[in-house]
Amino acid sequence: MRITCPFCGERELGEFTYLGDAKPVRPAADAGEDAVYDYVYLRDNIAGVMSENWYHGGGCRAWLKVTRNTLTHEISAVEPAAGAGAAKVGA
Amino acid sequence: MKYSIFSLARAALSGHKTWQRTWRDASPKDRYDVVIIGGGGHGLATAWFLASEYGIKNVAVLEKGWIGSGNAGRNTTIIRSNYGLPGNTGFYELSMKLWERMEQDLNYNAMVSQRGVLNLYHSDAQRDAYARRGNTMRINGIDAELLDQAALKKMLPFLNFDHARFPVQGGLLQRRGGTARHDAVVWGYAHAASELGVDIIQNCEVTGFTRDANGKVTGVETSRGKIGAGKVGMAVAGSSSRVAAMAGLRLPIESHVLQAFVSEAIKPLIPGVMTFGAGHFYVSQSDKGGLVFGGDIDGYNSYAQRGNLPVMEDVCEGGMAIIPMIGRVRLLRQWGGIMDMSMDGTPIIDKSPVDGLYLNAGWCYGGFKATPGSGLVFAHLIARDETHKEAARFRLDRFRTGAVIDEKGQGAQPNLH
Repeated sequence: MRITCPFCGERELGEFTYLGDAKPVRPAADAGEDAVYDYVYLRDNIAGVMSENWYHGGGCRAWLKVTRNTLTHEISAVEPAAGAGAAKVGA
Repeated sequence: MKYSIFSLARAALSGHKTWQRTWRDASPKDRYDVVIIGGGGHGLATAWFLASEYGIKNVAVLEKGWIGSGNAGRNTTIIRSNYGLPGNTGFYELSMKLWERMEQDLNYNAMVSQRGVLNLYHSDAQRDAYARRGNTMRINGIDAELLDQAALKKMLPFLNFDHARFPVQGGLLQRRGGTARHDAVVWGYAHAASELGVDIIQNCEVTGFTRDANGKVTGVETSRGKIGAGKVGMAVAGSSSRVAAMAGLRLPIESHVLQAFVSEAIKPLIPGVMTFGAGHFYVSQSDKGGLVFGGDIDGYNSYAQRGNLPVMEDVCEGGMAIIPMIGRVRLLRQWGGIMDMSMDGTPIIDKSPVDGLYLNAGWCYGGFKATPGSGLVFAHLIARDETHKEAARFRLDRFRTGAVIDEKGQGAQPNLH
């Protein structure tokens, strides 16, 4: 598996660390226990195409949103993640 | 058929042409009292305990491929009970005791070999942590010995004792730990369960659940037709989330890939199992002479049953750091299996929120050693509808209530467990 970083180009996997599924969104402070439990612990654990957060610690140190197939490891898209990553490219 | 020294002698006299199948390859009936999904070690052990301990013999084990083709055939065969947290300590010791009598129980040679599991320590702080774990084990009646460097120099003289970053100061040894032959465990449970009337059905993939008006599970839909069931238990390891999703459940589990490695055969070198946790490397030696070793999971979600090169490099670097001379040994095979990584690194054995469906999941990379214990407590849960006392803390709702069992103290980040 190699990841084509939008800032650094194609790099080997060892430069990146994995956070996980990009879908869970931190609930609002007053969202209640169920929403927090769901966010912290429950996962879709998709067998197929999944959107994920990766960190390019061995390169530009940007957070990336990677679209990857968990059955084949095929990567179909890499974008800067929302927030700091996106701010770098003015997205 | 019964295995003994006499059956071996008889078969030898006839040129080993008289052996019969170890277990019966069954076709599905319309209905069973209990259907177990997953023909790995845990599923087959559960079926055997249901039939032998709890008197429920109208049982089917459904396997989508061939039995033992998942993680039961992909692990590094280590057995041990060196856990420190309440919940784990008692459960894994129950399992260890079942390993010690498994071959007599099943009338099958599982090649259980108690030649010791040793965890290395490299600092005063790590020694203190291991002393504490060893004391916890001993208080609970489990054997543990804290060895110093002099003892290790006798046992493993080839270690890199003066490593600059991780000098070897000593280790925590559980002599009753060791290895077992993974395929024989699967075949042994299949043999013993089959003898008691359990149907083992291969090439039978579950594609859905049938439910009644109240939502209770009444059976499964499979690639070999509908099969009715009084109760359904799932023991499907890395596929737990996929099977649970068919019943509308989301689990606190991520599926990750773990790689393992075997070297070419060499003369006897490693006496037992040795773990170099600080360097992400552990190793034992098989009876054929190959070094069987591994390290950390790759760290990303995967159902591919294969890993990537950075972890392979990391594991081999760990091996080279602690046993420099293995650099001369060639790698023979490498493979990957899919781990059901739970959010606290501890399994879940509980009734599911769906009536009639029972969960056995979240084994992370530690399922093999748990095989007999898992079978017993899961059979107990299914048969009696109550939790076995040694599995009382492996509840599904512990993530909601906060009673997590996080042996490594890593929090809800499965790729760090």
